[in-house]
Amino acid sequence: MPKTVGIVVFPGTNCEFDVAEAVEKVGGKYKFIFHSQTDLTDVDSIVIAGGFAHGDYLRPGAIARFSPIIEAVEQFAQSQKAVVGICNGFQVLTEAGLLPGALQKNAGLTFLCQPTVLNVTSTNTPFTSKLKLNSKVKLYINHFSGNYTCDDQTLNELKKNDQIILTYENNPNGSTENIAGICNENRNIIGLMPHPERAISDFLDSRDGLDFFNSLIQ
Amino acid sequence: MTNKAEIYKSLGLTDDEYKLIIGHLNREPNDLELAMFSVMWSEHCSYKSSRIHLKRLPTQGENVLVGPGENAGVIDVGDNLAIALRIESHNHPSAIEPTQGAATGAGGILRDIFTMGARPIALMDPLYVGPLNQPRHRWHLEGIVRGISNYGNSVGVPTVGGEIHFDGCYSGNPLVNVACVGVLEKDKLVLGQASGIGNRAILLGSTTGRDGIGGVSVLASASFDTDSSDTEKLPSVQVGDPYEEKRLIEACLELIQKNLAVGIQDLGGAGLTCATSETAARANLGMDVDISKVHLRETDMTPIEIMTSESQERMLAIVTEDNMDEVLKIAGKWEITASVIGVVTAPIDSVGYLRIFDGYNNEPIAVTPAKSLADEAPLYDRPKSEPKVQEVVFPSELNFGILNDQYGGNDRAEKSTGKNSNLNIDIKSDLFNMLLKPEWIFKQYDHQLFLNTIVSPGNGAAVLRLAAPGIKKTDKAISLTTDGNPKWCAVDPYWGTYLTAVEALTNITITGSVPQAIINCLNFGSPENPEVMWQFSQSIDGLKAACEDFNVPVVGGNVSFYNSTDNIDIDPTPVIGAIGLHPNISKIVKISDELLDDNKEFEFYVVNGPDILLQDKAFSLSGSIWATQLHGYNGGVLPTIDTNETKNFLKNIAEIVRNPDLGIVQIEDISQGGLLLALAEMLIRFNELKSSKQQLLSDLQRIDGSTAELKLDGILGVRLVETLSINSLFSELPGRAIVQVTKDNLQSFEDALKLNSVRYYPLGSSESDKIIINNEINVDVKEMIEHYRNSLSDYMS
Repeated sequence: MPKTVGIVVFPGTNCEFDVAEAVEKVGGKYKFIFHSQTDLTDVDSIVIAGGFAHGDYLRPGAIARFSPIIEAVEQFAQSQKAVVGICNGFQVLTEAGLLPGALQKNAGLTFLCQPTVLNVTSTNTPFTSKLKLNSKVKLYINHFSGNYTCDDQTLNELKKNDQIILTYENNPNGSTENIAGICNENRNIIGLMPHPERAISDFLDSRDGLDFFNSLIQ
Repeated sequence: MTNKAEIYKSLGLTDDEYKLIIGHLNREPNDLELAMFSVMWSEHCSYKSSRIHLKRLPTQGENVLVGPGENAGVIDVGDNLAIALRIESHNHPSAIEPTQGAATGAGGILRDIFTMGARPIALMDPLYVGPLNQPRHRWHLEGIVRGISNYGNSVGVPTVGGEIHFDGCYSGNPLVNVACVGVLEKDKLVLGQASGIGNRAILLGSTTGRDGIGGVSVLASASFDTDSSDTEKLPSVQVGDPYEEKRLIEACLELIQKNLAVGIQDLGGAGLTCATSETAARANLGMDVDISKVHLRETDMTPIEIMTSESQERMLAIVTEDNMDEVLKIAGKWEITASVIGVVTAPIDSVGYLRIFDGYNNEPIAVTPAKSLADEAPLYDRPKSEPKVQEVVFPSELNFGILNDQYGGNDRAEKSTGKNSNLNIDIKSDLFNMLLKPEWIFKQYDHQLFLNTIVSPGNGAAVLRLAAPGIKKTDKAISLTTDGNPKWCAVDPYWGTYLTAVEALTNITITGSVPQAIINCLNFGSPENPEVMWQFSQSIDGLKAACEDFNVPVVGGNVSFYNSTDNIDIDPTPVIGAIGLHPNISKIVKISDELLDDNKEFEFYVVNGPDILLQDKAFSLSGSIWATQLHGYNGGVLPTIDTNETKNFLKNIAEIVRNPDLGIVQIEDISQGGLLLALAEMLIRFNELKSSKQQLLSDLQRIDGSTAELKLDGILGVRLVETLSINSLFSELPGRAIVQVTKDNLQSFEDALKLNSVRYYPLGSSESDKIIINNEINVDVKEMIEHYRNSLSDYMS
């Protein structure tokens, strides 16, 4: 039975179709879940896709955290099932307090759509289990607010618990300690700024994203 | 009467136009009617100065489903799929408020596309601004790019290309053109028609406010005078709301997908007046509109304000009574405000009337034939006169197309003379001055969304997989380009436009695609200046000739007049957009990893055109960047192409490029900057790819404990064939390309060209680290790349 990935769609989300294509490409199934829904019984994992949930005029994710779906996602995560936030999804998860830290505006104060080289620093999560530890992957970033920021205590916790899963080789946005992706202490809630769904075929310049989705549907 | 005259004149209407309105109504118009006529008969909405010229363009083609006149052109691309495309300008708003001006430009064009039932999948943005050594021009560029970035990224439509030009003529009046492409299933095509008597008109989207009132008639018909404060014009620039637009896209596509809309139209220039009168006029019916039902942003808005507001992110859907509830439900799901504001009415004595009510129980406050507003603005054949040609002195060592009357035979050339001069030309520094890395711009744009982007911005025409969310994926691809060359058009608007079209079609075909359609955005100065009207008319004739010669229809366009600063009109700037269809995404030329190995050897060829070693008259420097911007030589006679050879080249090159057995590494068109700049860009692209591959490899090595440095080893250069003249190196004769071929495949490549009677000339062979020109000039490729990398970011960061 192929695993079903629930893809959360807020008004303003725009990467849901791309995540769906990536999930299908590795043999998984997907289901779009509109933000007003709360029933997550028939999905095996959740991806909160990128975009601009509710317009992001105030601060990315600041409104989305109040959508009904977020409480359902929180409960879903308590059962140790995987919840992945990509880009705007990561921002939503930090705003909702499901992941520590915050994503500020890029240090250069412009939007950045560019390739990055990333170090895989933890494979002990359901979204990175099929990757090779300490390997490099090439993924695109596509954000205005991807500058990961946290206090020293949080940073120490992240390091101590092996919660940093991806770091930039060349920091594009000013993120603390080059952090590009993290997980929670229970390791089942994952947030990352780069877009693995944009690296799933040769003509997209990289296939490195496939392993992330392969991990998820295992 | 004096009072009335003052009013209509302040609205931009002439005495004669006022008389015409009286003729249409058989009485004097009231103030609301006058306001409605003034916005609909403005230059922007009515094309009154351009329409008689635009009629000359060929718009028919087997693949054309919808030609000019609707919200967007639509072409059939097979597999029950169609593509909607359109280009527009947002020049005047962007001059005053670059960020919002550019943002709302993107918003407006998107609505033109999804109103046809098409999912917008790509935006392109050709930009023309003043030189960046002035802070105001940097402010323009920074704001324009931010506007496109904010809006396009947020609304969820990738910006996949465009171009950037710098010239003093855009100093106070930058040009922001924006093209959009959408994909739809052919049977889901919806037109902007209010058919079906009794059907309801539902206004969807943003509230109607006082922003942008008189925007089109005031702004787009105004030139900018630097003495007056631009801030006085601020209230006319609208503010974009990409989040509203994103929900509007999803809501409208959902109701079209479910066949719930009979017709649909966006609200752009002239707002409600335009949307209601145009939809009714297209259906030969009338419409009753109740403005008390319009959802408003502000209190105490007058009927004139409501009917002419250009508030963004609004659509008008025509819906049967049965489907109304379902439409309102979908609007609710996407949190879109929807108001039923009108009803389609039967014609009276075969005239469809637009009647405006403030509450249906009251008497109508405006009554006018819908067609009078939408279609019956006066058309002007404004006076034209050919500008006097300045006498220009050219160095006699160089060819500006005037030494022989065989090409062109233009008597304007006789006024130019040659003069011996001891030219001291620094080829390397000239090349460096032409390099421009556009990355600072396009990395601010999401250019990848929907996973379709195969060839990304900065690499000639964009190539996208033909696919869209909600529509089946195909193995086909589309190629998109927008090209403009105002320097050519300043020399000769007819040939300049013709050659620009050749450039666009070359860009399409060298990706392996077959051209399907052309769109155009014609940016000119004041139509009241007879010289501008002459340029405009010539430009149209040039485009017509090119479309006929190369058999490509025009499916849409836009005219922007009154682009000038301090009464100096811009160079004529027709921007030509073209779209091509590629049969197979697996046959798109991409530089593969194994080609980046150090030991690979390559040969470079110029394909099509006259022999590059000859001092051919066709290699005129007239209108080139080298002549105009670097050395101040304006005028002459433009390079000329051999139409039959170019036809043959365009017909065959796509198939040659798609052949995987010919060793083609990359192909670049020769246009602005000429042969040398095209070659330099190929080397830069190849070496940057190599560097990025090595970077990833060396990073891998480093984590394994080695100490590999991040640097580029084995830089590819070229030794050029000898005796290339300045004309050959810098002439911008288009309809040609440089092809990089692996040494192992030379024979099969040459055979393929011979077989198709396409001419080719060896240009040079791969060489380490340098471009060697005429065995004496060495250009260090690494130095060139570093210069290239800093060319724009030095100014902008």
